[in-house]
Amino acid sequence: MTLRAALCALSRAVRPGGCGGLPLSRTLQVCGATIHASHPRQGSTYTPPPARYGGRHTVTLIPGDGIGPELANHVRELFWFCCVPVDFELVNVDSSLTAEDDINNAIMSIRRNGVALKGNLETNHNLPPSYKSRNNLLRTSLDLYANVMHCQSLPGVKTRHRNIDIMIIRENTEGEYSSLEHESVPGVVECLKIITRVNSLRIADFAFQTARQNGRRRITAVHKANIMKLGDGLFLECCKEVASGYPDIAFDTLIVDNATMQLVSRPQQFDMMLMPNLYGNVVSNVCAGLVGGPGLVPGANHGEHYALFEAGTRNTGRSIANRNSANPTAMLLASCLLLDHLKLPAYAHMIRRATLSTVTETRMHTADLGGQASTSDVIKSIRNAIQSTGPLTQSI
Amino acid sequence: VAMAGNAWRSMIHTVTMIPGDGIGPEISSAVMKIFEAAKAPIQWEERNVTAIKGPGGKWMIPPDAKESMDQSKIGLKGPLKTPIAAGHPSMNLLLRKTFDLYANVRPCVSIEGYKTPYTDVNLVTIRENTEGEYSGIEHVIVDGVVQSIKLITEDASRRIAEYAFEYARNNQRSSVTAVHKANIMRMSDGLFLRKCREVAETYKDIKFTEMYLDTVCLNMVQDPTQFDVLVMPNLYGDILSDLCAGLIGGLGVTPSGNIGANGVAIFESVHGTAPDIAGLDMANPTALLLSAVMMLRHMGLHEYGKKIETACFDTIRDKKVLTKDLGGNSKCSEFTADICRRVVDMD
Repeated sequence: MTLRAALCALSRAVRPGGCGGLPLSRTLQVCGATIHASHPRQGSTYTPPPARYGGRHTVTLIPGDGIGPELANHVRELFWFCCVPVDFELVNVDSSLTAEDDINNAIMSIRRNGVALKGNLETNHNLPPSYKSRNNLLRTSLDLYANVMHCQSLPGVKTRHRNIDIMIIRENTEGEYSSLEHESVPGVVECLKIITRVNSLRIADFAFQTARQNGRRRITAVHKANIMKLGDGLFLECCKEVASGYPDIAFDTLIVDNATMQLVSRPQQFDMMLMPNLYGNVVSNVCAGLVGGPGLVPGANHGEHYALFEAGTRNTGRSIANRNSANPTAMLLASCLLLDHLKLPAYAHMIRRATLSTVTETRMHTADLGGQASTSDVIKSIRNAIQSTGPLTQSI
Repeated sequence: VAMAGNAWRSMIHTVTMIPGDGIGPEISSAVMKIFEAAKAPIQWEERNVTAIKGPGGKWMIPPDAKESMDQSKIGLKGPLKTPIAAGHPSMNLLLRKTFDLYANVRPCVSIEGYKTPYTDVNLVTIRENTEGEYSGIEHVIVDGVVQSIKLITEDASRRIAEYAFEYARNNQRSSVTAVHKANIMRMSDGLFLRKCREVAETYKDIKFTEMYLDTVCLNMVQDPTQFDVLVMPNLYGDILSDLCAGLIGGLGVTPSGNIGANGVAIFESVHGTAPDIAGLDMANPTALLLSAVMMLRHMGLHEYGKKIETACFDTIRDKKVLTKDLGGNSKCSEFTADICRRVVDMD
């Protein structure tokens, strides 16, 4: 851990009210004993975002468009049902407005709460460039530099490839998504792709720390440095530099077009993949498609201070909105990642187990997985699974 | 060409053949043998392309190669090696610049007999090949900050869109999908999209749709049958065309064509030179052969194209004489001979 991060963690630990109001010496001891963290910067002195009243966390909830609102409701109801100590601060963002007030309110709310769960916000790409993608604004303003997606084959889900287990780390703020474009001459548009040393080192470091913490043995960097020699060349150089500090983790590189070809023929060869923004977009969608589609994979966006959880492939699902046919799995698994982040592993485990068993054992599948079940059928099945394991829940 | 169908078909057409490096010469001669067996009206003019420095210090292809291509307008090319630190740009890049090869066309059709997890793939990727992210313009702004410039122009976008719709019409394709990321790259991909929409207005018989790059990737690996013709800028095209090649079995069985201005077209195999098996009679000529079939179709010689393609697919489906990369252990010459035999038997 860097000196700066260590000092931050220490200052958090000595803040009055530390870990649930325990005396200072006990706090440090308790925090020191919590080793396991999925977030690499936290290590043994990490404290989760401060709980508000009586041990309950407040989390920003942005329903989004399309299937977002209905899935957000399901998450809220399920959390209530399981007595999860989380209160959602609902922030609606109307993506049809050109003013940025809504999204700025959302950003302020996330700065306040430290953590958020969101659905995808639609971007009307026919609007002029002054209207920026709301999702992108969130990510860049909060500096959520790392996007993590874990794609795993699930038993019971029919796919062409089996035994896939790939963790994708994608740089989330720069690269092709810098939104710096200009029309120098009428009819000629230039779009800038920015790669910086600082961000490349940062994401590489994040990747290697995450790999270590999750027992990953190999990282493959995906690039196009044969064509973009300076840009992707810099990215590769930074990855190699960081890799040299982690001799226990193997590191290799692959050109993006070859990577996609390998993914559709033999995806089992990959362990963890690391890449800049646009290739991350392509690779994560390919992998999500390989394991069963957008309804199954959750995504996490991590920054130094904030975390944002959502469905991995960021689809609005406009065509299936309000038909009670969306697959809630991705959103529910994202909420479990949220609970992990808040250090509520028991609740996370409970909901995750029930959700996964509904997909893999009960095989209650929505239309995207080839089944006939509705969203509410799936939710009911999950509630039954939770109820049957015995913990105290509200009555069904 | 304003010639009556029969007259055109009975004419002998000159095609510039660039064998290439590594396994290039052997697969080229395999293709020529098969064409001979099929009695295709093609006369081959072999040329080599190596970079030479012309007057003024600019790198160029040998003048006899250029002359031959300018005359024949059609070329068939094997794999060319790209030497590192040779001081000159890659040969493929030189060819692209010399003949303004603006469209890269890759039809991806599942090969019956060569099993992949994906069956029933039947789509075409049309990729803009001159600008976009591959403009090669990069700068170091300050130490540690690099910018790469992606260039999208109105003319290039219109040209590729027009080609895509023309191709769809000429090959009985029902829809064209523009692949973009205009939600993020509003101006550049927005311009590309606008041009595609404009061109779509003049081709009302072809259905036009737009789809985000990530959605295409997501849907492509789940159900590739929903796609027909895809048109896109350079980088997305590079990634998607290789993704689709992976769906049908890899670069060893994928044909490719490059269309240039002034009616020039160069068809090529996109795999590497495979120096480790060069000269050992182990190479698989399928990619170059299917590219040659694509060439025949481009030239309007559909029956010859169909004949040779059917023979090739039959040989692969039969599985008796397959090269090593297709899962057999026959020689290249045996594979070629089998196809020649089938072609002759068809007459």
